[in-house]
Amino acid sequence: MNESSTPREAPRGKTIGEPLISARGVDKFFGDFQALKNIDLDIHRGEVVALIGASGSGKSTLCRCLNRLETITSGEITIDGERLPEEGRDLTRLRADVGMVFQSFNLFPHLKAIDNVTLGPRKVRGVPRAEADQQARELLERVGLSDKENSLPTALSGGQQQRVAIARALAMKPKAMLFDEPTSALDPEVINEVLDVMTELAEQGMTMLVVTHEMGFARHVCDRVVYMDEGEIVEQGEPEEFFTAPRSERAKAFLSKILAH
Amino acid sequence: METLHGIIQYLQESIALLGDNLPLLLQGIGYTVALTLLGYGFALILGTVLAVCRVSPIPPLRWASAVYVEIFRNIPLLSLLILIAFGLPDVGLLLPYFWCGVLGLTLSSGAFVCENVRSGINTVPVGHAEAARSIGLGFFGTLRFVVLPQAFRAMVQPLVNVFIGTVIGSALCSAIAVSEITWVTQTLNIQSGRAVVMFLVAGAVYLGMSLGGAALGGVIERAVAPGGTGRCAPAPRST
Repeated sequence: MNESSTPREAPRGKTIGEPLISARGVDKFFGDFQALKNIDLDIHRGEVVALIGASGSGKSTLCRCLNRLETITSGEITIDGERLPEEGRDLTRLRADVGMVFQSFNLFPHLKAIDNVTLGPRKVRGVPRAEADQQARELLERVGLSDKENSLPTALSGGQQQRVAIARALAMKPKAMLFDEPTSALDPEVINEVLDVMTELAEQGMTMLVVTHEMGFARHVCDRVVYMDEGEIVEQGEPEEFFTAPRSERAKAFLSKILAH
Repeated sequence: METLHGIIQYLQESIALLGDNLPLLLQGIGYTVALTLLGYGFALILGTVLAVCRVSPIPPLRWASAVYVEIFRNIPLLSLLILIAFGLPDVGLLLPYFWCGVLGLTLSSGAFVCENVRSGINTVPVGHAEAARSIGLGFFGTLRFVVLPQAFRAMVQPLVNVFIGTVIGSALCSAIAVSEITWVTQTLNIQSGRAVVMFLVAGAVYLGMSLGGAALGGVIERAVAPGGTGRCAPAPRST
């Protein structure tokens, strides 16, 4: 992808203003096990960041901490300059500003596709049903599912469910989107339909953090790659540089394993 | 021949006895139905509130609810009813016996409803609750719009069991002189000495109510099943 096709506020290598999402000195323990070690991470407006690493490296945990689905043990996370609180209304409000897409889709199985998308706007933002429905139809069309608005999730394929899940997150008009391994549970032939939607989002300027094993996506769509191992951020940088000339031994070992075939 | 004649005579006398006491029997059935419906209805409300406390993020609420359940599902209903009927006046609270019965059934069945609702909530994958939170729903919104509608499906049959337990438990209210069907048939038995007929009548009432509750539960379960007749039914194919 060349620079001209990415009309973002923060093109590669540049950071403008305050970060939209910021983690400072974040530690996370599960019992005695330290899942995150002193994490510092800034994501700027319009930036698309790939978070990669082996299983158990803490990348999903970090992603889930950023909207407080996991509590952190110490450190600080801010969203658009506001400190993420422990609990309560302020947390609920901040969460609504950060969309989240899960590995296992997590669509609400008792609701039709369109109702999955409108639930947040109607119940959290108080948007009237007609208006929410209209917006949901536009979003479903954007993810290529305008003919599935009345389908229950069980009647949809994995790729279709994940696209509905993306539409559901977008319906809240989030400032940023977190993707927690969005294609890991998908059959190979439908991975691309989800990645295409995400690529389009990136091109439209959405701020995104993507935990992924899709190295092609990380390399060609993302502005920055963050590599984690054993709960630490080991290395980060521009994708081309990271994939062709990783600096750390751990990143080299990781890449040699996954790019071997 | 004589045996047959005896049976026919017994039946005739029994029917006459039932006919003579029909108003009393109907009143007994009325009290049984009222005890059951009120006790179960309040138990549904109480049990749901307790279950919400039990899954809430506030530890004291969770503890209080757990303690409640462990106490009230482990006290025999009969002991509970006697405690209420004869203990409350000691602390200056005079309730009519009928309402003592309703209170006892509510307190006891509420504990069972709580556990059923809680286990129903636990059948909903935690990821669905996380997805609900991630679109900005709070604790109650997540429960109301995402978790409970799904949990309800798994709760229907266990709640039918609690209903049947309430129907059968209402018989124990006869011990605190509520003139429900067991009390009525017991009284008529003492007067007439026709135990078999009387308890067959009582048994039929309980059987009818329990079967009716189970049938209604079946209808509700089918209605809320995915693709069922309820609001979860797939909409007509869009083209």
